[in-house]
Amino acid sequence: MSTNIEVAAQAATIAADGQWPLWEVFTQSEQAAPHEHAGSLHAVDAEQAIQNARDVYARRGGVISLWVVPAGAITASSASDAGPLFDPGADKAYRHPQFYKAPRGVRVF
Amino acid sequence: MVPLPTAPVNALFEYLQRLGDDRLILGHRMSEWCGHGPILEEDIATANVALDLIGQATMLLRLAGEVEGKGRDEDALAYWREAVEFRNCLLVEQPNGDFGHTVVRQFLFDVHAVLLLDGLTRSTHDGLAGIAAKSLKEAKYHVRHSGDWMLKLGDGTDESHRRVQRSLDDLWRFTPELFVTDAIDREMISAGIAPDPAVLQEQWQTIVRDVIERATLQHPGEAAPPASARGARQGAHSEHLGHLLAEMQIVARSHPGATW
Amino acid sequence: MTQPRAIDATAEDPAAVSAFEARIANGESIEPKDWMPERYRKQLIRMMSQHAHSEIVGMLPEGNWITRAPSLRRKVGLIAKVQDEGGHGLYIYCGVETLGVDRSEVVAQLLDGRAKYSSIFNYPTLSWADMGVIGWLVDGAAIVNQTVLAKASYGPYARAMIRICKEENFHKRQGYEIVATLAAGTPAQKAMVQDAVNRFWWPSLMMFGPSDTDSPNSAELMRWRVKRRTNDELRQRFVNLTVPQAAAVGLTLPDPALRYDAATENWEFGEIDWSEFHQVVKGNGPCNRERLETRRAAERDGAWVREAAMAHAEKQRAKDRSAAA
Repeated sequence: MSTNIEVAAQAATIAADGQWPLWEVFTQSEQAAPHEHAGSLHAVDAEQAIQNARDVYARRGGVISLWVVPAGAITASSASDAGPLFDPGADKAYRHPQFYKAPRGVRVF
Repeated sequence: MVPLPTAPVNALFEYLQRLGDDRLILGHRMSEWCGHGPILEEDIATANVALDLIGQATMLLRLAGEVEGKGRDEDALAYWREAVEFRNCLLVEQPNGDFGHTVVRQFLFDVHAVLLLDGLTRSTHDGLAGIAAKSLKEAKYHVRHSGDWMLKLGDGTDESHRRVQRSLDDLWRFTPELFVTDAIDREMISAGIAPDPAVLQEQWQTIVRDVIERATLQHPGEAAPPASARGARQGAHSEHLGHLLAEMQIVARSHPGATW
Repeated sequence: MTQPRAIDATAEDPAAVSAFEARIANGESIEPKDWMPERYRKQLIRMMSQHAHSEIVGMLPEGNWITRAPSLRRKVGLIAKVQDEGGHGLYIYCGVETLGVDRSEVVAQLLDGRAKYSSIFNYPTLSWADMGVIGWLVDGAAIVNQTVLAKASYGPYARAMIRICKEENFHKRQGYEIVATLAAGTPAQKAMVQDAVNRFWWPSLMMFGPSDTDSPNSAELMRWRVKRRTNDELRQRFVNLTVPQAAAVGLTLPDPALRYDAATENWEFGEIDWSEFHQVVKGNGPCNRERLETRRAAERDGAWVREAAMAHAEKQRAKDRSAAA
């Protein structure tokens, strides 16, 4: 079983040159807003990543919550896959309300 | 209606200078790191601590000037007093040393600051209680940061362990001064303006001992400090303060009456 | 998200290159995992790391005056500004890392003298007025540059620039406020600020880099929309913005040739001493050695701290693993 600890440990593996591991920082600007990617930083562990994220990305205020993720733990889709991954979603008109008709004068919502 | 504090004005003025000068001098020391830290992220963190402390000093010295009632503002107090007129403790004026030395000094101060500011939020002096409430949040972060570094350096490599142990042993002699209770403190306590330093001391020792242990460091022991390691609250400073002030005050004093 | 890219630069598919250039021409944003010509990647690494180095070295001339700031208000303003420069260096280094290069690698290039940084930071800061003039002129010039870079074709660079531009607006205003205060102050203060303008005006104009006719990388960077305006265009924009600001506070810019051309609506300015520029870039400026030595010292003195933090984290992870087993 792959625990979170293992994932974090692998993701935060030290580089050969002693460089601290890279973390990605996500900030939430207000309640109910999504966390958005703010940038990255280096830190040796999660506690330090949170502290550094606070000082680097929240020092001007406007942040109410932080996520930090070891950069290596993020799997990103590949640009060459963009066609098969995303284009098919772009032409499914039946997923959108405008596709469906309602009798004139009736409010459906 | 909150009853007005009954402590004499000069005692309150004196006390506010102690609080303000601790933060001004330590903030100044931390600002010396700006651009020279061990890693970029920490450079930014250290600057934040310096900014918080100088911000707190500004509020406290402004209030001190108002209490004094002679028309001195925070800058008049920061830039135009002589070293012997400063009321900060010895711990904060000690030079930065290496990064570990700075961490130890900051941690010993931060624990004290959190306990003191927490007590001051219940001060009968509204202005001071307000400043304390704002500063307490900052101090709680500072101790989280310096405490984390205590663990990392104490229980890091052999070299880091050796370095912070030496700094802890060296700076330890300045800590009893944080809890000295003199006539000024007694007036503050009886007016309900400030908490009793003796009460803070016990909590401080518990917290500091716990972190020292978790950092795998050796506790320096409770031996009484040498007589030389106190008296700064009355103006008997180390030689370091004069040099710090010479640098801090040079521009302002070269242009009397100028505005900046 | 740093995936080292395995691209054989000698065998780039011409079709891929032209598809890439079509994307650029179409105004699209290039992201880290997108295919890009090796040369584009190299140019970005060079330009972004130079930019980041400039921010980091740029902390030093102003950091020089933090401990002497003449009021508490000025002290916090200056600390916050120098701190921001560290932050900006950090954002851009992280941008470089998306191209598969470690920060420590590009920092090493700075420290061993292989990488360049903005020549302006090799001039000494001699008086408090320099803090005002650097904020006004140097940050003013940087903002002109960076506003355009915020539209650069490489997504991580553009995003870092947008964040930086937002933050830097306070730098210029802080600087100009210091300048205006000194210019309206005592005769000694006014002399101090005029002297600072005299020293920093020409180096500020040099910040935009060599003239277009003499800028080896410009054409390519423009074609790939890493740069969006030429050095000379940006320099002219800066002069046009700055001349009225100097007049408003009664300061003289040290250029007898400065005159307004109503036809072009430009402020024409005198000949820049490019030999000085090239000397400073080559390492012969007044403070090149000091700046690099200061950065090296910080790196050297911090080594045991960085090692200790890493060792501590490794110990903790080992403990966590054995507890989980």
